[in-house]
Amino acid sequence: MRNFASLTRMRIQLALRNKMFFFFSVVFPLIMFFVFSGIFAKSHPRGVRFFLGPVIAFNVMGSFWGLSAMLVTFREQGILRRFHITPVTSTDMLASSILANYVLTLPTVFIELFFARAIFHVNTFGDPLSLFVLVTVGTVSFACLGLVVASVTNTMQETQVLNQLIWLPLIFLSGALFPMGYLPKSAQNVSVFLPATYLVSGLQNAVFSSFPVRRILVQLISLAVWAILSFFVATQLFRWEPEVKIPRNAKLWAAATVLPFLFFGIWESHNRQLLDQAQAAFRAVEEPDNTSQPLKSADPSKRNLPSSGKESQPQP
Amino acid sequence: MPQPILQVDNLVKHYGDVQAVRGVSFSVDEGEVFGLLGPNGAGKTTTVEILEGLRNPDGGSVRVCGFDPQVSARELKHEIGASLQSTSLPDKLRVMEALRLFAGFYKRRRDPEELLRRFGLEEKRNTYYSKLSGGQKQRLALAMALLNDPRVLFLDEPTAGLDPQVRREIYDIIEELRREKKTILMTTHYIEEAERLCDRVAIVDHGKVIALGSPRELKQRAGGKTRIEVKLARPITNGTLQGLEGVADAREVDGTYILHTQRPPQTIVSLVKHLEAEGNELVSLEIATPSLEDVFIEMTGRRLRD
Repeated sequence: MRNFASLTRMRIQLALRNKMFFFFSVVFPLIMFFVFSGIFAKSHPRGVRFFLGPVIAFNVMGSFWGLSAMLVTFREQGILRRFHITPVTSTDMLASSILANYVLTLPTVFIELFFARAIFHVNTFGDPLSLFVLVTVGTVSFACLGLVVASVTNTMQETQVLNQLIWLPLIFLSGALFPMGYLPKSAQNVSVFLPATYLVSGLQNAVFSSFPVRRILVQLISLAVWAILSFFVATQLFRWEPEVKIPRNAKLWAAATVLPFLFFGIWESHNRQLLDQAQAAFRAVEEPDNTSQPLKSADPSKRNLPSSGKESQPQP
Repeated sequence: MPQPILQVDNLVKHYGDVQAVRGVSFSVDEGEVFGLLGPNGAGKTTTVEILEGLRNPDGGSVRVCGFDPQVSARELKHEIGASLQSTSLPDKLRVMEALRLFAGFYKRRRDPEELLRRFGLEEKRNTYYSKLSGGQKQRLALAMALLNDPRVLFLDEPTAGLDPQVRREIYDIIEELRREKKTILMTTHYIEEAERLCDRVAIVDHGKVIALGSPRELKQRAGGKTRIEVKLARPITNGTLQGLEGVADAREVDGTYILHTQRPPQTIVSLVKHLEAEGNELVSLEIATPSLEDVFIEMTGRRLRD
């Protein structure tokens, strides 16, 4: 526990001294925030609140990128090797990365919320507890994704290629960059297999539709299961030494981390709860101002709307 | 009779098809400075890494401070200190932060301030690791290796890649540790280092110990013969050199002829005469007092440094 705490402190210290970190974890997310709020939402409080979920999701998902790069750099430079001759364990090492990343991600989320209120006059953040719990579970689970990426790549180049390959579908197909309502049906069908979709959906439900925790359980549980599995895989595949290559069965282990969202994806394909909620939120923000009325339910049967399965694309 | 603090029996390790360590055995007593001397790729580093619990052996048995590194790696790591090759620290970690951080990992620990002073790093206390010179980095590595007041200190090539002046600085530090009766296992491919610092040396080649003893014993085993190295304008058959006066053995290593002789002056005179008679010419001639290099050449027919 002591080692875990002191390693966490070191990681936070190092990140704060790193200009790249500052850009990717603070500046870049804030640019996204202002682009979404100022341009897409035209500074309209309700629109800004609608986009807060996706904007925070960006922030939370970005965790995996920095974390995988950091861990691979540590391994390539022989830094992990130096820790290996001390009593520090791989679990200390990995868990401290996750906690440090969480502590470092949280302030940016608060800054975004602060700006949303101060500049764009967003007067409510829906259900703050739901928001907080999701940001926590989301940050931890995407950090775990980063650890898995680090464990299945040997060099920084490989890591960056894999990060790109993961990042693009995560932002394009999850509703993070384009609201789910804009996406073609085929993209929506794919999106239910992506962890990012669950995160974006949960955050939007929490902030925009004011869902309490019990109504975002699917999102929370799926992300948590994924996080636990990924963390376990990362500890199994952890390598201290730069010259130790990936074991042969590693790819299999890594592939296992896809299972939770394969399961939830199939389930969601039938259920379509997430997609309907996203559609409902999307329509709600398009509706003329009735801001005081929070969304009661996204259940299509109660809302006298055609089921989204047969629905045509809403016009932006 | 005291138990050796470090015991290696018939250690074997291979990486794929490559046999890195092929049956290495030796033991180190408490308070001894023991050296593994050999060329790069001889299996020294692998041996040390197995002893530190960083790698698992494929055969043989190892005990360090009473622990089997394979079984009790964590307990063992509280007892050992090490300065390894190709390790590093995060660029933006300050010297004192590194010492404090690593001291915190151990049950038994020494005062980081004292080590900072001892290794002459006081002025660098708040310097980022990336801003240190090679020698300062190595001094920090040694200070960090001593943080837990280890029972065995492993130094893997402690002076590799350092310039001669810094190397001497590191020698002074190791000699001081030797006077304090610290148990040290070091690897090196520098003969001077092994001769100067080690109580006993195991010469390692191709994953095997080919000679073991104190530097003096080993040199005596080479017969106390002087080494003469000559380069010639034209090649010459080995047999002719063997016949020269006083020559105990002669061989060719990478285009240089190496003679071991009990009577250097006579050998040189007879060599020059012989070359004149053959119309051959002497390009260069070097005379070296007996060293561990001669032991190595005698055992392997190769030079140690390559």
